[in-house]
Amino acid sequence: MALYSEKVMDHFKNPRNVGIIENADGVGEVGNAKCGDIMKIYIKVENDIIADVKFETFGCGSAIASSSMATEMIKGKPLSEALTLTNKAVAEALDGLPAHKLHCSVLAEEAIRNAIENYYETHGIPYEKSECSECAKEHDHDHE
Amino acid sequence: MKIYADNAATTKICKAALTAMNECMEHVWGNPSSLHTIGQEAAEALMRARISMARRLGCDPSEITFTSGGSEADNQALRSAAMIGKRKGKTHIISTAFEHHAVLHTLKRLEQEGFTVTLLDVGSTGTVSARQVADAITPETCLVTVMYANNEIGSILPIAEIGVICKEKGVIFHTDAVQAAGHLPINVREQNIAMLSLSAHKFHGPKGIGLLYAQKGIRLTSLIEGGAQERGKRAGTEDIPAIVGMATAFDEACGHMEQNAAKISAMRDRLIDGLSKIPHSILNGDPINRLPGNVNFCFEGIEGESLLLLLDEEGVCASSGSACTSGSLDPSHVLLAIGRPHEIAHGSLRLSLCAENTDEEIDHILRAVPKVVEYLRSISPVWRDLQTGKREYVIKEA
Repeated sequence: MALYSEKVMDHFKNPRNVGIIENADGVGEVGNAKCGDIMKIYIKVENDIIADVKFETFGCGSAIASSSMATEMIKGKPLSEALTLTNKAVAEALDGLPAHKLHCSVLAEEAIRNAIENYYETHGIPYEKSECSECAKEHDHDHE
Repeated sequence: MKIYADNAATTKICKAALTAMNECMEHVWGNPSSLHTIGQEAAEALMRARISMARRLGCDPSEITFTSGGSEADNQALRSAAMIGKRKGKTHIISTAFEHHAVLHTLKRLEQEGFTVTLLDVGSTGTVSARQVADAITPETCLVTVMYANNEIGSILPIAEIGVICKEKGVIFHTDAVQAAGHLPINVREQNIAMLSLSAHKFHGPKGIGLLYAQKGIRLTSLIEGGAQERGKRAGTEDIPAIVGMATAFDEACGHMEQNAAKISAMRDRLIDGLSKIPHSILNGDPINRLPGNVNFCFEGIEGESLLLLLDEEGVCASSGSACTSGSLDPSHVLLAIGRPHEIAHGSLRLSLCAENTDEEIDHILRAVPKVVEYLRSISPVWRDLQTGKREYVIKEA
């Protein structure tokens, strides 16, 4: 049995939305190199809708696949909807992740929230700070 | 094309061992403890294998105990030497920081039972000197256990010199020779080795079989109680086909050791030369005193598991010391022991060769690795930060 589902392998080998956005409206970065995974998400916002999203990831196959899937899931969606994306939804969309890899989907959820909150902050838009915004910066592996 | 470059993990069984094992399973299926002829035929096969292994190791057949593999042999060696020490009131053990977990975890357990353990620093190339061992020995020391060659980074340790020191000081010297057996010369008498562990599947023998050599006079502690097999030191009906397969494979490996080492190390050096050209890469382990088949690099800005998955797609089977491949959160303890920071240790690649690898395969690996490293760097925020000067390179360019 393979370690990863076909969907994970597809998103890992052919990641969607990989790259950066110059002059992005919001940038989110979570994880740290010491733990072996960093995710960086760039968003372009038009009329409260995520018009474009790109990512860069340093990490294992499931971290890259989770970033790719998560960006697909929020592209073209209103910010309010993107904020409701859960790690569970990302993992399910990938046809599941091995238990010890679930934290990769957590990273994706946090990176997106981080990018959106960065957009709100830099544009002076008031928002309700998510509970996890601090731990997203000080990422550790205890989330799963 | 599938290129197997993970021979330090396990090897493909050799034809001679396979034939001998099939023969054994079909015709020598008796229980060596039985008195009848069918049992005695098995006892003879067992004795022949024991004699063959002993001759190749330079010891007496009675000094060999067959085990389920290297881990069991390591466990039994350490526990036995510790018990001998305890009876004499000696409870200090010396080892190194980059031993196999079969040794390190047993030492942890012994520490919980009241032993004191000194783990010697292995420096940046991953070795210890006989001097370091000599300086660490105290009147309380009952055991020195130092691996012959490291499984991850391939460094070869000065076993014979350490053996002399231990003999002089009257301390039991055990070596985990799992990666060395069949690849490097072993003569336990000449090298003053009191105990040695090896495992058959690392030299093209079957899995699930290994042995512990223990010099006459060293009383072994049983880990498995039961029947009187292996002089009462390892209960359980002997796996004759596996034991015969191991002896056959060891004979083959030792008989061709020099020519294999020449061929394999030439391929190894081509890989090392080629992979060194990747910017911000660094070789792990001793560049000279190195197992013939071992290549181990760290590549800055990428993570090892994704590297392995993409190499597999390119037909290259390799391994890594990244946390994601170990199932734990920390990267390889070996890479940390030689001073690689966590973020660098996550981006490691081990290629381990055997005589069946070819120059064409090396060419293919030399094309595949730079391509995959470059791709992963192109999507890595860490690499971007390094390139834009936001983060400082750990692996500097010469």
